Amino acid sequence: MVPTSYYLILSAILFGLGMIAFVFKRNIITIFMAIELMLNAVNLAFVAFSKAFGKSDGEVFVLFVIVVAAAEAAVGLGIIILTARNRRSLNVERVDLLKL
Amino acid sequence: MNASLAIFFVLAAVAVAAAVSLILQRHPIHSALSLIVVMVALAGLYLLMGAEFVAAVQIIVYGGAVMVLFVFVIMLLNAGEEEHTSFSKLAGYAGIPMAVAVAGLIAAAITRSTLPPAQDPTALTSTRSLSMLLFQDFVYPFELTSFLILVAILGAIVLAQREGN
Amino acid sequence: MSEFLHQYAFLIVPIIKVAILVLVLLTVDAYLTWLERKVIAHIQARWGPHRVGPHGLMQPLADGLKFIFKEDPMPANVDKPAYFIAPFVALMLAVTSFGVIPFGPQKFTLWGYESSMGIADVSISLLVLFAITALGVYGVALAGWASNNKYSLLGGLRSSAQMISYELALTLSVVGVLLIAGSFSLREIVEQQGTANLGFLSWNLFGFGHGIGFTQIIGFSCFFIAAIAETNRVPFDLPEAESELVAGFHTEYASMKFAMFFIGEYTSMVAVSCLATILFLGGWLSPFPASWTFTYYVPSLLFIPFGLWLIYDGIHYENIFGRIVLPGIGTVLTLVGIALILFPPANHLLQGLFWFVLKVFIFMFVYIWMRGTLPRFRYDQLMSFGWKFLLPVSIANVVLTSAVILWRMH
Repeated sequence: MVPTSYYLILSAILFGLGMIAFVFKRNIITIFMAIELMLNAVNLAFVAFSKAFGKSDGEVFVLFVIVVAAAEAAVGLGIIILTARNRRSLNVERVDLLKL
Repeated sequence: MNASLAIFFVLAAVAVAAAVSLILQRHPIHSALSLIVVMVALAGLYLLMGAEFVAAVQIIVYGGAVMVLFVFVIMLLNAGEEEHTSFSKLAGYAGIPMAVAVAGLIAAAITRSTLPPAQDPTALTSTRSLSMLLFQDFVYPFELTSFLILVAILGAIVLAQREGN
Repeated sequence: MSEFLHQYAFLIVPIIKVAILVLVLLTVDAYLTWLERKVIAHIQARWGPHRVGPHGLMQPLADGLKFIFKEDPMPANVDKPAYFIAPFVALMLAVTSFGVIPFGPQKFTLWGYESSMGIADVSISLLVLFAITALGVYGVALAGWASNNKYSLLGGLRSSAQMISYELALTLSVVGVLLIAGSFSLREIVEQQGTANLGFLSWNLFGFGHGIGFTQIIGFSCFFIAAIAETNRVPFDLPEAESELVAGFHTEYASMKFAMFFIGEYTSMVAVSCLATILFLGGWLSPFPASWTFTYYVPSLLFIPFGLWLIYDGIHYENIFGRIVLPGIGTVLTLVGIALILFPPANHLLQGLFWFVLKVFIFMFVYIWMRGTLPRFRYDQLMSFGWKFLLPVSIANVVLTSAVILWRMH
């Protein structure tokens, strides 16, 4: 038997790694993948709690999170393609026309 | 150390290693492949907890559709390797120890709290009970998500049109 | 020793089954290439391989030796991890999908461990198969991209876009079967088709005799067409055809890596045929009603004349090798047929497996027949067919089936 806290610690570690990738990477697609990693870590926490309390509500919510992440990935990648075509680069530091 | 614990440690190590590889890789396609490994490892962990439908949906939707979208975009945009810019010393030498300290604090707080006991891998969630919940208690959010997907499809089609069409 | 076997039987028995399955699968793949070349040749009024052994039966062996000894060049500037992983992914996923397919109804106990005729008996085996199909896109996409060749990239992108489009129709066309069976487990789907005592009329294709079912002919047609598109076969094989885009996504792969793609494609063809027989054609159920026990002798009645004909044909073969091998195979088949008549327990054991293999073989023959007969789709025709015709028809099948089930429940 695996204690629930082990799953929660793993979820926290993955979330932290996703945050580190989000802050330190410069390619917009890699940043988007870090967002997906954070969503996955949260899904793991949801399922762990759902099985710990014996109710399936957490798993239903995981299905919703997966659906919303898929919709967000579709629209987000569309925006990324347009921005990359416009600025001719995938580096987030190049999208700085509004800077002072 | 029983079998469940051993399998948990193996899958957790694979997931963490793949997540670290996502950060350390230079080319986005390798980061995408590492993220696919993370998702498959997480699906294995869901199976270990007994949530079999969620594990299957994770692989089919996340690993088989969302990540394929990422891989397609990386291939189409011909994303090259990341350029080499200077790494802020403050972030490196002060940030990472602080992040580890915060993580340790959270881990200590979790293990000291009174959580329900351990997961039982043999308590499978039947798809029937999950679908009862989804279509009876959560039918309103379910219909809203279908509407959300329709809006996302329309948005993606509008974004994909070239100017002047 | 026996104590060790009993303690670790839960590990040893599946390993033995996996070894047997992989051996049988690779042999079947090899002789499937022979069958394809012979059948297409005869459709095109020529002979096909007939020199390398009696009736060309040693041709797969010669091809295998060629693949082993051929030079394996690697182009410059390829993306090495992706280049090496792609054929492994394609082959591994195709072979893994056989882990959840049940081949027969019997359960047997070996060293205290009860197992079934199939490697793993999972309650969501259909979802596992769909997950493996969903992941199969990566083999093609990575192969096309890693080759550092614009034709490979285009072929890989086209092929993976085609696979994703038809995957939707594939999964939706199965939902009708799921509604009738009420379970994701392939074993339970087959057992549910066998509850009515009507033989082939109670298969999901026709759907009589249950009281809760509806004929799944629309679902079966959608599934079969989508499956052909998933495995990149004619008429949907534009991305990998020999006269288009050089050779598509596997242009830059030679010798062993190309062999892995090749075997992966045939294995996924066999897997999809197994899935089609389980879902729509009753899996291991005999086409005769289960109460007609005299039909248990039909396999022997098929083996014995075929064996005798092989003996007769082999004796008059032109070279000495054929005169030994063909009558040998014929004698073995005749003896198996006679043994099945004389030993009823063995006959009972082999019934399910025989009908399953026969149905899968019929599907493979239809696949090969279509390759010899039909021209291929153009890419835009292919995509519009998948999205504008097949997907709405699959959804209509789901709506129709659920309406009939609701109406019958009242």
